[in-house]
Amino acid sequence: MTAPTPPPEIRILAPTGALGAGFRAESLERGVALRPHVIACDAGSTDSGPAYLGSGQPKLSREAVARDLRLLLKARDRLGVPLIIGSCGTSGRDAGVDLVAGIAREIAVQEALSFKLALIYADQDPGHLAQRYAEGRIRPLDGAPPLDLHTLTSGHVVAMMGVEPIQQALSEGAEVVLAGRASDTALYAAVPHALGADPGLVWHAAKTVECGAACAVPPAADGLFVHLRDDHFDVEPLDPELRLTPHSVAAHTLYENADPFLITEPSGTLDTTDATYAALDDRRVRVSGAVYRPGTDYTNKLEGSQLIGYQTIAVGGIRDRVVIEQLPQLLPKAQDYFRAKIRDVFDGRVDPDDVKVDYRLYGRDAVLGPLDPARDEPVHELGVLITVTAPTQEIAHAVATFVAHASSHLPVPEYAGLASTIAYPFSPPETDRGPAYRFTLHHVLVPDTPHEPFRTVHEEVAP
Amino acid sequence: MTRLLDLCSLIRSKNAGPFWLTFDFVAKDQATYERLRDSGVLTAPLFARLYGTDPAHVLIVHHDRAQAVKVSFPRPVRQGDLEDPDSYGGQQHAPLIDLAVPAPRVR
Repeated sequence: MTAPTPPPEIRILAPTGALGAGFRAESLERGVALRPHVIACDAGSTDSGPAYLGSGQPKLSREAVARDLRLLLKARDRLGVPLIIGSCGTSGRDAGVDLVAGIAREIAVQEALSFKLALIYADQDPGHLAQRYAEGRIRPLDGAPPLDLHTLTSGHVVAMMGVEPIQQALSEGAEVVLAGRASDTALYAAVPHALGADPGLVWHAAKTVECGAACAVPPAADGLFVHLRDDHFDVEPLDPELRLTPHSVAAHTLYENADPFLITEPSGTLDTTDATYAALDDRRVRVSGAVYRPGTDYTNKLEGSQLIGYQTIAVGGIRDRVVIEQLPQLLPKAQDYFRAKIRDVFDGRVDPDDVKVDYRLYGRDAVLGPLDPARDEPVHELGVLITVTAPTQEIAHAVATFVAHASSHLPVPEYAGLASTIAYPFSPPETDRGPAYRFTLHHVLVPDTPHEPFRTVHEEVAP
Repeated sequence: MTRLLDLCSLIRSKNAGPFWLTFDFVAKDQATYERLRDSGVLTAPLFARLYGTDPAHVLIVHHDRAQAVKVSFPRPVRQGDLEDPDSYGGQQHAPLIDLAVPAPRVR
């Protein structure tokens, strides 16, 4: 297959850093007037932690997602260009794709819109993962946790797609693509890459716009627009009040990346070491010089999250100097008491080793942990976060009730009688937090083809 | 005494995915960037000591065009785990802002 000859200019509209994070309707209009070849944005991230992938629940509200999606579907309808949204529902789980698809169908009815919709699912079948694991085709990345077959198959796993499944859906006629977990950059790169544009410029442009106007001055929840040509791309904010500078664009390669110069994609690595950034005027930047190096193996990053228990928390404060001074001795004793109490209350049915009672002391070392260089400095007040993690919510709650009670009457040696040792702002002091999850994977899958881990479903949406 | 905060317009820590922490020290201008970069205060042993990580895994990058020094290493605790105190990794830079930067050597 020979690469197609790209058009002299490819225009990309990146309306927002995340579907549901918002943008100015006027900014989108300005982008539409510039006649983009594609509108793309992502709708998810691991940045908010393992709960979304573990539970399938989205981070942003249905209302906020529907507000943004409505404007984007209407803009796409007027332009007749593809709308590509990836990592639907925060985690990019199948449930997230179905959630956003449901919202899209509702909007189609309300706004009398018709479009060809493709849903690309990224959930991974445990049996298939087990097979690839046995074949040595699930490889750790630097910093990966230890992995065994049970961990791999007991949690919920998604694969991160590259451009190929999106391009195939478009070639099969899709006008709106709602994808599961996807590389943010792949969403913006899919169309220009398929049109044959220079891969270094394509991936660098995609990386530049993936957070929308977060790299603008000042940073904003709004969009960017790219003009991609044969040896450079120009990028500008859609809001005329915002500016991009060579520095702000270059500095965006720092954001949430371990290495600002080398950015790994499924098919290779973007190298921005020799990229140059020049001001076109006081709000537009011209970028050139990045190169894309194809990898030896095609890899899809895997993300996994597994349930680790249920939590109940209590928040309190300690102001009494004597109690603060005694805490390092009091808390280990309290832990011994809790273990005995768990055996006693549950009559041996709950193993104390399966319940974790944690005190986080704000004002001492809660944020940085035991290595905090200031942890021994005197404080006049401590915030206390008590977290109980247990195999069921009922056990977590039951344990938290006596932990909270005992914490309010710690046996301070300086005081005779029943001391009062913590201030709770709430009644009841305990709050059930629900299930807790942990990330399990920092690995890649080596698939037979870029399509192997994903499943695409087409449908006609009509009002 | 010059501190890191005197040289930087932005000091931040963030996750770089759930298994890495990354620190950005963005200098105020070219002169402060060169002073920061050439001071040699941001070293692998410093981050190893402050965060209990293996110095061999500390990646330090000088980004001249962004006028920034970037330091990354595997998270001591994976993001969101029971022991993780900072799910977004957003406050781990705190002990560094007052780090003393020695005066440039006279050549």
